[in-house]
Amino acid sequence: MPKKKTSLTKEQKLELYYLLKLTRAVEETVVRLYKQGRVVGGVYLSRGMEAASVGAAYALERDDILFPIHRDTGAHLAKGQSPKAIFLQYLGRADSPSRGRDPGIHFSDRSLNVVGNISHLGSMIPVAVGAAMAMKLAGKKNVSLNFIGEGGSNIGDFHEGLNLAAVQKAPFILVVENNQFAYSTPTHLEYACENIVDRAVGYGIPGELVDGTDVVVVYEAVKKAVERARRGEGPTLIEAKMMRLTGHSAHDDAKYVPEELKKQWEQKDPILVMRRRLEAEGLLDEKVEKEIDQRIEREIEEAVEQALASPLPKPEEAAEGVYA
Amino acid sequence: MAVLTYLQAISEGMREEMRRDESVVLLGEDIGVYGGAFKVTKGFIDEFGPKRVIDTPISESAIVGAAVGMALYGFRPIAEIQFADFITVAYNQIVQNAATIHYRYGFPVPIVVRAPSGAGVHGGPFHSQNPEALFTHVPGLKVVAPSTPADAKGLLKAAVRDDNPVLYFEHKYLYRRIKGEVPEDDDFTVPIGVADVKRPGRDATVITYGSTVHTALQAAEDLSAEGAEVEVLDLRTLRPYDEQAILDSVGRTNRVLVLHEASKTGGVGAEIAAFITENAFEKLDAPVMRLGGLDTPVPYSPPLEEYWLPSKERVVGALRRLLEY
Ligand SMILES: Cc1ncc(C[n+]2csc(CCOP(=O)(O)OP(=O)(O)O)c2C)c(N)n1
Repeated sequence: MPKKKTSLTKEQKLELYYLLKLTRAVEETVVRLYKQGRVVGGVYLSRGMEAASVGAAYALERDDILFPIHRDTGAHLAKGQSPKAIFLQYLGRADSPSRGRDPGIHFSDRSLNVVGNISHLGSMIPVAVGAAMAMKLAGKKNVSLNFIGEGGSNIGDFHEGLNLAAVQKAPFILVVENNQFAYSTPTHLEYACENIVDRAVGYGIPGELVDGTDVVVVYEAVKKAVERARRGEGPTLIEAKMMRLTGHSAHDDAKYVPEELKKQWEQKDPILVMRRRLEAEGLLDEKVEKEIDQRIEREIEEAVEQALASPLPKPEEAAEGVYA
Repeated sequence: MAVLTYLQAISEGMREEMRRDESVVLLGEDIGVYGGAFKVTKGFIDEFGPKRVIDTPISESAIVGAAVGMALYGFRPIAEIQFADFITVAYNQIVQNAATIHYRYGFPVPIVVRAPSGAGVHGGPFHSQNPEALFTHVPGLKVVAPSTPADAKGLLKAAVRDDNPVLYFEHKYLYRRIKGEVPEDDDFTVPIGVADVKRPGRDATVITYGSTVHTALQAAEDLSAEGAEVEVLDLRTLRPYDEQAILDSVGRTNRVLVLHEASKTGGVGAEIAAFITENAFEKLDAPVMRLGGLDTPVPYSPPLEEYWLPSKERVVGALRRLLEY
């Protein structure tokens, strides 16, 4: 895909690169903690998908509402979340955002306008549409953005939610993270149209297909959709194509993915793609790269240390907080 | 006090809450210009406008899901499910999203899901259901089912003001058949979780709610002529139910029939019977009995439907067995 012009500043581009690398480092740390037996729940990684998650969330303002899903570590981080909160979540600690009730990146943050997901794929779409309707009704210019996998896009709520958003002209953006596989199921067994984004026509809304491995491309597409939504022109469906470069979760070796395909997509690792871009633009050299890596290493080390030192919840807290 | 039908009372409760609080909005199918399938929201769009009376596509899951999203961002939506039978389409949103958000994240989810329920109107298997027990099992939900106009209005207003998801089952057989005095005070509410003795008695208690409160009252009247005084305890709220009122009534009468229109097996009655057995076993002079609709889908043809319903005769029969035990 041709490189588009971008409004991003040099600092922003470097920040995006940092966020891609941070996302990967956070997830690799979670895997380490998992292998050490410290993380006991499921671990769903976004390796190969970081550009879509980071790029989309980076296009939002603080008061825009983000609804991340099960692999959106990058979106949480791009919206301003700390690695520590993510580790606390995986470790099930008392002072984690969900206070040990929900695992991993299933969590909310009121101050950042992030609403966590339930596991039921697609279920957040109508909720995110409702949040967008609330923004519109309250006369605010803010938008809501939700992700969905190409697998999850076959759930009924995809249709009900997107259609409601369309008729309500809700300021809503749905980003399809098409990573070629839903667990073990390849795309040709998931849907029969060429692209998920082809469905946009059926809802009477714009759809855009983008290279999901290029964080700048994703950012620009989402930014455009956000601006459209702010102008009161309604929702947009965006499909970002990429590859899940790991198993479905930490226990899955993804043997069902042909080696050839893996090798091919490894070349489109979002971190490599952005590095090539930055180098071509003369924004990245060994020194800058090293600074970024060292910063990430420091941040992760500190966050892990603090998270591991945090207490587990008191057992009897399990009974609290069912009702407001 | 004004005399209103059950339906008018629901309408008035919503209208008052919408006048009182701008964050109260309605979502549902055909609720705008048409005024709703049962005309509960007749005239609402004229008074409150299409921004607050939102006609939606036929998408129950999105109606409730969007209500949850709006509730997270400052609104207090009332979602109307056209017939309670169709609430299963929204089951996932209610049970997985709405019910768990406060526990997981500490955010209140102030939504009301109104659902016209119940049989007796020849609606057949898919316009007659009483699905409350599908929800009373779920932590995080509140479930109410009023039987009188005053309770209908008071519970509706309490539900709107509650910070939790409240399922409001309004029995459509009662809509225009039941009239009663309704307080006009703007701040009149019926607290969620509080039962009401609709008829005092000393010989046995019928614990019930919704349409069968009226069946129980008629049965009690019949038995009174024979010298037996039956208490009718209207639960009004099914989750959290009023434990103290149940224990008090058991203490007075020592014999209990739990009655509801919904099918018997696995119904709300099972929970109430278990609660009494666990907590007031020594007070009982007879086993707790249950009576409900047949354990079948609700049939359409009038003789079948009539046979399906827990009739006054069946209630009287059950009470006689209970009194003679
Ligand atoms: C309703 C529902 N069905 C099944 C699952 C189990 N499950 C979790 S992730 C997953 C695959 C999802 O694929 P996709 O939506 O493409 O997202 P990806 O995991 O590939 O990022 C499945 C089947 C679920 N979480 N929710």
